This record gives sequence, C-alpha cells and structure tokens, in this order.
Amino acid sequence: MTAQTPVAPADSELIEHIEERALFARLETVRLISIAKTGHYASGFSCAEILATLYYGVMRLRRGEPDWPDRDRFLFGKGHAAATLYPLLADWGFFDAAELDEYTRLGNAFGDHPDMTRIPGIDFSSGSLGHALSAGTGMAMGGRLQGRPYTTFVLLGDGELHEGQVWEAALGAAHHRLGRLVAIVDRNDHSLDGRIDGVTGIEPLLDKWRAFGWQAHEVDGHDVPALLALLRSLAEDTGRDRPAVVVANTVKGKGISYMESEFGWHLGWLAERDEANALAELRGTR
Amino acid sequence: MSVAPGLQPESWHLLSLLEQAPGLQALGDTLADLADEGHPVVVGTADLKYSNGLVRFQDRHPDKYLQFGISEQHMVSTAAGLATTGLRPYVATFASFMALLACEQIRTDVAYTRQPVRLIGHHAGITLGFYGTSHHATEDLAITRSIAGLTVIAPADTAALAAALRATVDHPGPVYFRIGRGRDPDVYPAGTTLEIGKAVEHGTGSDLTLIATGSMVHPALGAAAALSADGYSVGVLDMHTVKPLDEEAVLGAARRSRLLMTVEEHNVLGGLGGAVAELISEHGVPVRLHRHGIRDQYSLIGPPTHLYGHYRLDAPGVEAEAREALLA
Repeated sequence: MTAQTPVAPADSELIEHIEERALFARLETVRLISIAKTGHYASGFSCAEILATLYYGVMRLRRGEPDWPDRDRFLFGKGHAAATLYPLLADWGFFDAAELDEYTRLGNAFGDHPDMTRIPGIDFSSGSLGHALSAGTGMAMGGRLQGRPYTTFVLLGDGELHEGQVWEAALGAAHHRLGRLVAIVDRNDHSLDGRIDGVTGIEPLLDKWRAFGWQAHEVDGHDVPALLALLRSLAEDTGRDRPAVVVANTVKGKGISYMESEFGWHLGWLAERDEANALAELRGTR
Repeated sequence: MSVAPGLQPESWHLLSLLEQAPGLQALGDTLADLADEGHPVVVGTADLKYSNGLVRFQDRHPDKYLQFGISEQHMVSTAAGLATTGLRPYVATFASFMALLACEQIRTDVAYTRQPVRLIGHHAGITLGFYGTSHHATEDLAITRSIAGLTVIAPADTAALAAALRATVDHPGPVYFRIGRGRDPDVYPAGTTLEIGKAVEHGTGSDLTLIATGSMVHPALGAAAALSADGYSVGVLDMHTVKPLDEEAVLGAARRSRLLMTVEEHNVLGGLGGAVAELISEHGVPVRLHRHGIRDQYSLIGPPTHLYGHYRLDAPGVEAEAREALLA
C-alpha cells in the first residue's frame, strides 16, 4: 500500500481526529497499565496530543510499512511513556492491536520502554534517558548522507534534559547543521522526585537551546491546532540549516483531575473502581 | 618577531605522530579501502584523528568522515542511529573512554539494538604509559565481553588489524576492536587473513600453552622460543577473538598441556584469563591455569616499555613468569 496519511481532510476534521486519537491514546494507556498493574500514567498523558499530532498530522508514514526507508523517524527519549505510543502504532497497521492485550506478560514484546528489535514501528529503543537525541542525530546524518528526505523527530522529557549527553547532542547537531532534526521537549515541569525547578532547574530553556545554535519555538502542548501548524511548518521547512526545538508546555497527568501536576502519579496503578472513574472522566461522561 | 627554531631531526609534533605508528596508519587506510570498495562505511572520532590515524581516512573520504569532538557517549549513540539507516559506522577513541566512559551507550544503544556499529578502542591496556590511570584501559575486555551480542577482537599487529577489519566488514552485529598504539612489532606478514572466533595456533606444547591476545602475542612467541630452546614443549595460541572464544582451541590445549598460561595487557579479572578459566572449569578439564596480566591493581605511570618490563609483559618477562609457573 502506498497511500500516505494523513489523507489530508480539511484541517478542522483533521484536528478533531487528532484530538480523538489523543483521547484514545489516554484510554488505552489506562487499559495497558491496568494489565501490568503498574505504569506511567502522567508522563503519557502530558504528551498524548504531541504524539497524536505527529502520527496523524505531521509524520510521513506508510500504513503497514513500518520499515519504509523514507519514513519520518520518531525517537521517544522519554520512553517510559511507551504505553501511550503503542496504540497509535497498532492503528498504523504496524502490528495487530490484539497483541497489546498481552502487554508486559512474560516474553511479550511490549514493555514499559519501547524495543525496536521486537516492535514494528519503533524506530529506536529507548529507556536510558539522554541517549535519544544522539541517536536521532545519527538518523538525521544518515538521511543526509544517503539523500533521503525524511525528518527525524525526537521527543524529550524536560527532566531528561538533566542528562549531559543531551547537550553533547545539542552541540553536535547544531555543528553539523542538521536542519531535518526536530526535538520536542515535553515541558510538564516534573521529574520523578518532584518539580523540576526544585530538583535541578533548567530555565531559561529556550535561551539555552538558542545559545546552542538551535531554532527554538514554544507552544501549548495540548493545543492541537497550534501543535499541528508549528510541527508541520518545521517538517516542511526543508531549507533550514540548523536543527529546531519545540518546547511544548504541558500538564503532567493531563486529563484526569487529581493526577494533573501531582508528581506522585508519575508511576502508579488504579484499582477497578478508580479506573472506571478515570475512564469516565477522560471520556467526559463523569 | 618570531624566530623559527632550528629543530633537531628527532623532534616531532602531533602531525608527524603517525609516522611512528604504522598500525594506526593501517586503521585509517584499511577503512578508506573498504569505502573505496563500496562498503557503506562512515568513520567518526572524538577529537583524536591524529592519535588514531583516522585523519588518513578523512583525507580520502571527507564526506564519510564525522568529527564528534570530545563527546564519546554522544558519538556511540549517534553511531547506533547511523547504523539504523543502513550505514556501517566505525567510531574510535581511546579504549578507556570507549569501553568505560561510553559503556552504557555501547550496551543499550548499540548491542541491545543489534546495530552493526564497529567500536574501536585504541591505546588499550597500558600503552598510554605516563598519561596516567585515566588513560589506561585494563578493564575494557571484562566490560565488553560481558555485553551480550558484542564480538570482541584484539588483533596482534598491523596486518592482523587490517585482516580483522576485513573479516568483519559484513558481520551483522556490533564489534569491539581492541588495539594498541600502532607500534606493535610484526607477527604476521602483510595480507594475512584472520577468521573471527578461530585462534591462530603457533605450535603445540605438552608442557605449556601460552594463550595470548593482542599486543601480548609477540612477547608470548618470544618467550615460547626461549623456553623451547631450553627443552620445554611450548605452544602459543593467538586468541585474537576474545568473544566468542575459540572453545575448541582452548580445550585442545588444556588436554595436551600440563599448564596453560593466559597473557594479556589487562586485569587478570574478567578478561582473557577469566574467559579461559570459566571455560575449562565448566568442562572439568584437569589442567592448571596461570593468569598473567595486571593483577587487580592500577598500573604505575612510566614509559610503556618500562611498564611492560615492570609487569613482565615483555618477552623476557613472560618467559620468567612461565618458568616460575612451570616449576610451581
């Protein structure tokens, strides 16, 4: 099959579709964590719109062809939010959605962090924070060396920016003028031990990236029209000679009232009744 | 006003470094040859192109040469990303910074993802002499050997390095090459070939088999010659592939010799000596093993040749160590 999606419906329809898929990703996240009885709710919820916008509105992919050489690449720096990504990859026909029913079971391909050797559509394995921007740098270099026109997107957590290797990659990608590399920072203001500014401050973030030679942008990470416009413009700007970063302001745990900005929900599990309530809240039926 | 100094002929600087290191010239040249032949080679280094000879690759293929600056971890992860696009990255830095500093990137980004990245740790062991402990790599074999899916090769000389690069050019998984400072005396003639995982047998001995790797093959051969002249029956195995270990060769030696002695420019813990000990004990072969190398300590500083003498890692030293072990 060669049809590339998005199939370019009117933008308003597309935006509605992306928002619906972001909700679907959240609902599936709750379901998968329910199977494992542990997982990362809040980190997945903060980036649900970013993932849905990339996969349904921005990235060039082919349905059922996860290894298409000219596909846009996606690297998940904050790989612990993989449960929010898997349902979207199943949606693209990269594997049977029913496989997710076995999420985290013994010997299953699907764990808390994405594994490129076992899951079609995962462009790079991640889990150790700080590596993905380097690996993405390699993919962008490889694309340029071989004349392939794809864009490489790397989604980073803001806590991940504490890792020194991120800044090695920031220096290197700018030095090598990798215009087809786009980093997105999910700035949800929290890492495992609490608020970022209380753990190790990272501001002023846009100034830092600009000082490293990147084109830097800021956006509301839950505002699909804004995300769509910005990410599309970056993907289509093929003449850019420096990498671009999008600092997406998000809310950790977005979508479930008591999880929002409560860092304890970085990792957790909802028992049956609470899960039903959470799903109802996400669906807007509660 | 600057005054041009009248330098003596013996004076040298960084740009002439390679003239002293034919093994490192071979590194850059062989990789450039592979690129000429159409292999999808890209080469990178972390600010050491004069020290490791990759400037010779850059001269011939500037478009396939990548400078990473002093960012070894980033270099290794980037190589993994490059490999996913169908290229075959060879990245090089001092062995201490490759295997120790970037260890987790090697494990997680290269080996776990099964990417055909070639990691070249040069100036391994104590070859950096007086530059100090941070620059010595006497743990890299233990580290890389324990990473699943990673092939570990330590060629004995210039010709063996070229042969090893050629033997692995189409190897599907990642490879760690452990090499010295490019000044190892020749063991093999130019154009020699090498089979990954197959030790090179230099004679067989009923008294002793020396199992050596990398820079220690030459002194082991020297020691074996001296011991043989003295009436001992001595063989030498060049264990250029530390992983996967040539089990057949080791077990064969264990069955015919009353003593095995491993020789490595490495801590005796976890390296070649450890690999041989694990193998023969699992097979219950009744042979004594003496592990020769750096005995669980940080090596002294000093000129490399003096260090080799101090640690009995030159030919007379290996011979003396073997004589004591044979009489023990």
